[in-house]
Amino acid sequence: MTEAGDESTGASPAGPAGGDRAEGAPGAEAGWTAAVRDQLTRRLTIEELLPTRQPAYVGSWVYVFGVVTIAALVWVVVSGVVLALMGSAWWHTSSLGHFFNSIHFWSVQMFFIFMVLHLWGQYWGAGWRDGRAKTWMVGVVIFLVSIVTAFTGYLVQQNFDSQWIAVNAKDAVNSTGLGGFFNVLNFGQMYGLHVMLFPIAVTLLVVLHILQVRSKGVVRPLGDPYVADAGVSTAPGGPAR
Amino acid sequence: MTGRRPGGRRTEVSKDDYYRGVRTAPYDLLKELAIATVALLVVVLVLSAVLSSPDVPSATIQAWAKSDPVDFVTTAATELAGQSTTAQYGPPYNTNSGSVQSLGPIVPQQWAGVHVAVNAPIDFVLEPLSQSTVGDPTLAAALSTFNTATPAQQQKWLNAYVQALGSATLVGAQVTVASGDYGPLPLLMSRLLGLARTGGLDALLLTSGHFYQTDYSKPLLFMADGGYLVGLAQAQDLTGSQWGMMNETGRYPGQAWLWLFTLWYQIPPYTTASNADLLVVLTMTVLSLALLLIPFIPGLRDIPRWIPVHRLIWRRHYRSIG
Repeated sequence: MTEAGDESTGASPAGPAGGDRAEGAPGAEAGWTAAVRDQLTRRLTIEELLPTRQPAYVGSWVYVFGVVTIAALVWVVVSGVVLALMGSAWWHTSSLGHFFNSIHFWSVQMFFIFMVLHLWGQYWGAGWRDGRAKTWMVGVVIFLVSIVTAFTGYLVQQNFDSQWIAVNAKDAVNSTGLGGFFNVLNFGQMYGLHVMLFPIAVTLLVVLHILQVRSKGVVRPLGDPYVADAGVSTAPGGPAR
Repeated sequence: MTGRRPGGRRTEVSKDDYYRGVRTAPYDLLKELAIATVALLVVVLVLSAVLSSPDVPSATIQAWAKSDPVDFVTTAATELAGQSTTAQYGPPYNTNSGSVQSLGPIVPQQWAGVHVAVNAPIDFVLEPLSQSTVGDPTLAAALSTFNTATPAQQQKWLNAYVQALGSATLVGAQVTVASGDYGPLPLLMSRLLGLARTGGLDALLLTSGHFYQTDYSKPLLFMADGGYLVGLAQAQDLTGSQWGMMNETGRYPGQAWLWLFTLWYQIPPYTTASNADLLVVLTMTVLSLALLLIPFIPGLRDIPRWIPVHRLIWRRHYRSIG
């Protein structure tokens, strides 16, 4: 609702015209919406989200691993959605279902292979430097949540592997006191977690991770020659933060 | 973005400053993602078409009763005697302590309490038999004899029967033991075996008063107490000492990402510890936290500078700047 006194001549309903950051600076408009919008645009512009130029050092194979991990996640989710739509028993009785299970299976294998390569790449490049510690931490959380997601997937295959993994894993889970709340023998509970809660968590975390990477930009190479005007910490022997 | 000026003081550095002097090159993010997505799909489709995926059918109590009736009856008698792993387990299944793990005064399993209640003698043996008494007065009478006997008498029959099962033989489809005072146990076990052979016990262990069932805790716990399931697992190289946690049935990759979790179960002191599971979980929790907090841990965060793998990662960049 707009009251007469709130109207301002020439103001665009979508905010400052042309995305002018000066006009959209904090304090230019009051209210929660304006504050959130200002924070978001300050942290990540559309040019940063979808860049057309990157530092030349990004032309290394190590940067491909993250992209391929996302590509694998796309097919994990797509094949998982098909398997969920057709029901948990479909892939045991239909050759088409089994083929989709195979796509899901190999996509997951690829997802983990490239995620681990991405993780090692970022470790050896000390990707957490220059204010990127939170980006690293979200990446590690994705890795850990993905392991639990895959684990619940193995539990809901409804075959011998599921049975054996469940009866073995129960002791480790029970020893922590979580067995009564995360019952690996309860197919219904594991199925719900696997097809709904964990995939949503992984996907949202991956989106957050991508936004963090785009927002901060790609970290400069270790030991990059110090640029006097920049005042950054990438001088040889500088602290790896 | 934070940076560090020559004096060492942390400061906010604008993105323009951070990348000043850095050579840039055209980059098409979405094109790269699209190519990666299509290329990965091709790889996955080829792997799926050529190698398929594993699907060894699930084990059933029916198959167990048919293929190894002596093991089935021995397990059932042990359940009835309250001597099985599940009967003695402790939380979250019951109040015993046979499988409760602790680290000094830390006993999270005990603290959490019973949340998936399992009464092994009743749930696995007496209740399924009692549901089968319709039209079977002999079974009803035997069940009544057992239920009305004193606990001491019941235990005497059970101890003698479980001991006799050690040298049981199979006569036809029946498990036969040497003569002795076993009370109604031979008849009860014979009926339970018959019920299991029809597949009825698979269904009865799932019932919980509701029409819809998704909780397989009871049938899985019952099967895990016997030797049938572990025998199948051994044949597939899936047991703990075979790195089973990360293996898959057949010749397929399993959860290879659990290699570190599985590794601890292969080496002392974890191999001999009675609280191995708790120790492994705690070890992995500490290691996971270390991985999470690498940016803040001196030493761990410096290894990439000490071992110059980054010279390979940014090989062309270093060459370009001399």
